[in-house]
Amino acid sequence: MTNTATNGYKASSNLERVLTKGYFAVTGELGPPKSQDAEVIRKKAALLKGVVDAVNLTDNQTAIVRMSSIAAGVLLVREGLEPIIQMTCRDRNRLAMQADLLGACALGIKNVLCLTGDHQSFGNHPFAKNVHDVDSLQLIQIVKGLRDEGKFQCGEEIKGGGPRFFIGAAANPFGDPFEYRPYRLAKKAAAGADFIQTQLIYDMPRFREFMKRVVDLGLHEKVKILAGVGPLKSSGAAKYMRDQVPGMIVADEYVDRMEGAVAGIPKEDKKGRAAAWRAAGIKICIEQIQQVREIEGVAGIHIMAIEWEEAVRPLVEGAGLLPRPVVD
Amino acid sequence: MIVAEQKPLAEIKEMLEAYQKVLVVGCGTCVTVCLAGGEKEVGILASALRMATKLDGHGVAMDEVTVQRQCEWEYIDPLRERLTDYDAILSLGCGVGVQTLAERFPGKRVLPGLNTKFMGLPIEQGIWEERCQACGDCILDLTGGICPIARCSKQLLNGPCGGSQNGKCEVSKETSCAWQLIWERMTALGMLDRLMQIQPPKDWRTSRDGGPRRIVRDDLRLPEEYRD
Repeated sequence: MTNTATNGYKASSNLERVLTKGYFAVTGELGPPKSQDAEVIRKKAALLKGVVDAVNLTDNQTAIVRMSSIAAGVLLVREGLEPIIQMTCRDRNRLAMQADLLGACALGIKNVLCLTGDHQSFGNHPFAKNVHDVDSLQLIQIVKGLRDEGKFQCGEEIKGGGPRFFIGAAANPFGDPFEYRPYRLAKKAAAGADFIQTQLIYDMPRFREFMKRVVDLGLHEKVKILAGVGPLKSSGAAKYMRDQVPGMIVADEYVDRMEGAVAGIPKEDKKGRAAAWRAAGIKICIEQIQQVREIEGVAGIHIMAIEWEEAVRPLVEGAGLLPRPVVD
Repeated sequence: MIVAEQKPLAEIKEMLEAYQKVLVVGCGTCVTVCLAGGEKEVGILASALRMATKLDGHGVAMDEVTVQRQCEWEYIDPLRERLTDYDAILSLGCGVGVQTLAERFPGKRVLPGLNTKFMGLPIEQGIWEERCQACGDCILDLTGGICPIARCSKQLLNGPCGGSQNGKCEVSKETSCAWQLIWERMTALGMLDRLMQIQPPKDWRTSRDGGPRRIVRDDLRLPEEYRD
């Protein structure tokens, strides 16, 4: 039994409506606090309101314990923003996943991003057991089954139809094997993904090549692809991402430009250097947004301004993407 | 085979603190082949412990014996009479061997001298790698003979994840990405279209998740009067 209260949309989330109507979508991201402090979420929400179409809440990202994605998402709903909750396969089995999805829907959440999850050895609880009862492909199928068939993964029917989510998945154009990545995206589309967010792009030629193959496979018509962009905060941050973050490639060009930004500013002038870096980071990011807008198959951007939510407004504004569309 | 490693000497010494006379029991099968608990290793460890405990001022008398296989009653039963001489048994068998001794000789304190690690093989002399997780429902026909349950750090059935880089797993540069290997093997076999099929969630009942496992072969059981 399908729920017809969504006006022909799958979940009628704001993000879904914006993408379906053909607007270039903008999503943001918020890392929940490493505490129970709801005020942190409210402050960050205020910075993102009216600037993005929906906001990702990460799920114990990098295997570091933070307030749960769903709880943070509910706080966001109360502030009048639209959350995209993230769910990894590392911390939950299929029972907990489905239970959490039922609850998330009941609390007003309409978008979910299905992820594998960074290995727990990266985080602050490396002794933990990991779950991986299902993988991200199977999770996408589970969420689709809940929505379109109104059934739990075990086949049992949900009374009154199941929760309706707009289903997201991640794609990493910079992971290996490179040749296989577009096919993995095809698998996610076949499994039921509605939208895709990519890993941060700091290698534009490789991303262009990836999108070319994706378009050749016709995948851009099956899923809405949002390119991952983010402003660099400093040359140190650029190097960290290049050297320490799994699955990321950062072209030397970006590291060089960030280093160049503080040339001539003495090391003691920390404020001056920080300001110069931030200005350069925002400038580079706006250029990247303009570049990805011209790539065929890109339906929007996903901005990851890690611990720098103040940068999102200047980025979206600088790229000419304000005001955000209001779609009923 | 089952691959194990000796526990650190300090840890074993601590386990033996309460005892005066210990029998070190080795095993002639898996742990001999992985050079952790065979006759030779038993000899070396027993010597080391004699010296170490003597230096501590608490000399433990250590005797040695190695059985063909510690995981079968018929090979360990001959030890029964001898055991009355000892306070404790230090087993250099795998976890199965330790438990077999403990179960067969419940009055005796049985201590584990090894850490049992995994089922695997020596890829070269001196290096062993995990290959099988005993999930109970083998899918090696689907992945070109490379197991994603044992070799993928996240046990993905539709891998790789986004952390695969240059053929290596995000967890360690020494770990190959199982899905990179599977992709290469399936490409070589001309079976890439198989990888486009989405594998459904695994039935973990046959794995350890379903509870401790058991196999009963009625065709092999002895008539009641002949059973142990």
